[in-house]
Amino acid sequence: MSTTVTTVTRSEFHPDVESYQQVNRDALSLLTNPGKGYIALLGMAVCLVGLLVVAELHNIIYGLGMVGENWTVLITTFVFWVGIGHAGTLISAILYLFRAPWRQAIYRFAEAMTVFAVLTAALFPLIHIGRPWFFYWLLPLPSQRHIWPNFRSPLLWDVFAVTTYLTVSSVFFFIGLIPDIAAARDAATTPVRKRIYTALALGWRGTDREWRHFTRAYMFLAALATPLVLSVHSVVSWDFAVSIVPGWHTTIFAPYFVAGAILSGVAMVVTLMVPVHRIFRLGAYFTPVHYDRLAKLLLLTSTIVGYAYAMEYFMAYYSGELYERDVFWDRVTGDYWWAGWSMITFNAIIPQLLWIKKVRQNLNAFFLITIFVNIGMWYERFVIIAPSLAHSYEPWKFWNYHMTWVDASLLLGSFGWFFMWFLLFLRFLPGLSMAEIKEVLPPPMKRTGAAHHAEDSHATSVELLPTGYNEWEAR
Amino acid sequence: MSKLQTGVLGVFPHLDTATDAIRSLRAQGYELTVYSPTPRHEVEEALGTKESPVRIFTLIGAFTGTAAGTALATWASLDWPLVVGGKEIIALPGFSVIMFELTILLGALSTVAGLFILGRMPHVGPPEAPMYHPSFTAGNFGVFAHAPRDRYGDVQRIMNESGSEEVLVDQR
Repeated sequence: MSTTVTTVTRSEFHPDVESYQQVNRDALSLLTNPGKGYIALLGMAVCLVGLLVVAELHNIIYGLGMVGENWTVLITTFVFWVGIGHAGTLISAILYLFRAPWRQAIYRFAEAMTVFAVLTAALFPLIHIGRPWFFYWLLPLPSQRHIWPNFRSPLLWDVFAVTTYLTVSSVFFFIGLIPDIAAARDAATTPVRKRIYTALALGWRGTDREWRHFTRAYMFLAALATPLVLSVHSVVSWDFAVSIVPGWHTTIFAPYFVAGAILSGVAMVVTLMVPVHRIFRLGAYFTPVHYDRLAKLLLLTSTIVGYAYAMEYFMAYYSGELYERDVFWDRVTGDYWWAGWSMITFNAIIPQLLWIKKVRQNLNAFFLITIFVNIGMWYERFVIIAPSLAHSYEPWKFWNYHMTWVDASLLLGSFGWFFMWFLLFLRFLPGLSMAEIKEVLPPPMKRTGAAHHAEDSHATSVELLPTGYNEWEAR
Repeated sequence: MSKLQTGVLGVFPHLDTATDAIRSLRAQGYELTVYSPTPRHEVEEALGTKESPVRIFTLIGAFTGTAAGTALATWASLDWPLVVGGKEIIALPGFSVIMFELTILLGALSTVAGLFILGRMPHVGPPEAPMYHPSFTAGNFGVFAHAPRDRYGDVQRIMNESGSEEVLVDQR
């Protein structure tokens, strides 16, 4: 093995990427030759969507009677999927405003995840209302009797928050895609693809006029999306907190829900990134730096969530409120102890392993932790909803939730629906943001040191060992 | 079609040679359209571009959203008053969520409208005018000097001296 060390100027975030052209080649290669593994995954996702359709048809024909007590799965899964979307906007908007250059390579995945997660979440209110074709009754439309939705109700706030979130995150996603769709248009070899990308690129040419307005518009969209992220899950939390059900009526709910949403979202980003990284060999773009930053974000949000769990118990104890104490005691010792302990273990304890650098840098271990967090975060929503409703003020109202086949089908089907859209996105739209990755690469220069803003492009002289940068991946 | 649609296009594989060409051509008084695969400060500085007015659209949209949210919630509540426990019909704390969400929604949509209007988008069709090269979205920079036919030679000379890889002349 040679021990020669070469010193060259490369981006500190992508030392294996040599040129702008390489970014286009690598990113556009995702759009061709998906392989048998991809087809198999897409087939599985479509089968799960079939399950969702069957369960929903059953609901429509026979009514909602087969959905478990208090629509537990519908509400749990709705909150879960809205939460999943949050890390996408965090990475694409909040980190954009903070000028965090490591977001460039991963934000497109995260943003796509946001759009499809909110699209999945939106299914559940539609299922929940029983007659989905009357969904427009949720909207403030004039009726002949002048009866309007109640603007003081958290459920109407939810309609506004989730609809706004879906619209703004979709717009943000699509606007960011335009320069990359134009690149796909210019590289397309088949007439059909050329025509479709030509229409979707909206005539983008990358002129100074277009970039000038684009960069400003993108910044303002990020600035608008940032408070929106924080507001949406706060509003979802107020669905619970504004009521007087024991276990729900707490002021910590908004920040607690937002931290939980970001925790679950970051976990899902990594859960999606690792297989995509391995299947499409994207080691030059998803580097140890990216995983390390995501691990630290996961660790931070897990710690906040762990603190919120502890505070919930402290407040239940300190309030002296009998019903409040009883519900919290029931969560860890009652009929739902398994869910309560799964939530605490998966969300607050296991991610603490990420303090250890070796765990953080081991891709398999990190991937496994994110799977645990995904499961744990679904349980968190379940633990908030099921035990509080099952153990309310009056003993005659006590009951235990039992999952029905319709519940299970809707839950599994929602994953199928989400993965189906995500896989289709990978196949047809650029999954890496070519224009933004180029921003963190040193620009091509004829004269050495001619870059005015080398520090802005995070260019650095790196020592490239011929053994390869991604050796750690083999561990 | 504008008289300035004719001109000469230089294709540059390097950013510094493209900015050299921009400076030289601007000094000669040519109007330019510059293509780049990613936004670069160096191009903006060489062109001396001003701040984009997209923010005006964002501001107007956001204020319209706040006003619309307040008006909708207030009017609808007065149209069919639900008196519960003697509470206010016009309940601003309760309406603040609606006001906030509409602020964001209309602010975002008007920002996109601003981008489309100011950036002259969408232009559905191949990006041909004034002149274009598909390598601009991949990695090359392009400088198109809007010039009458009798100045083509002068522009070509500046492009070549700056380090252009390829110079294309508009034949229309």
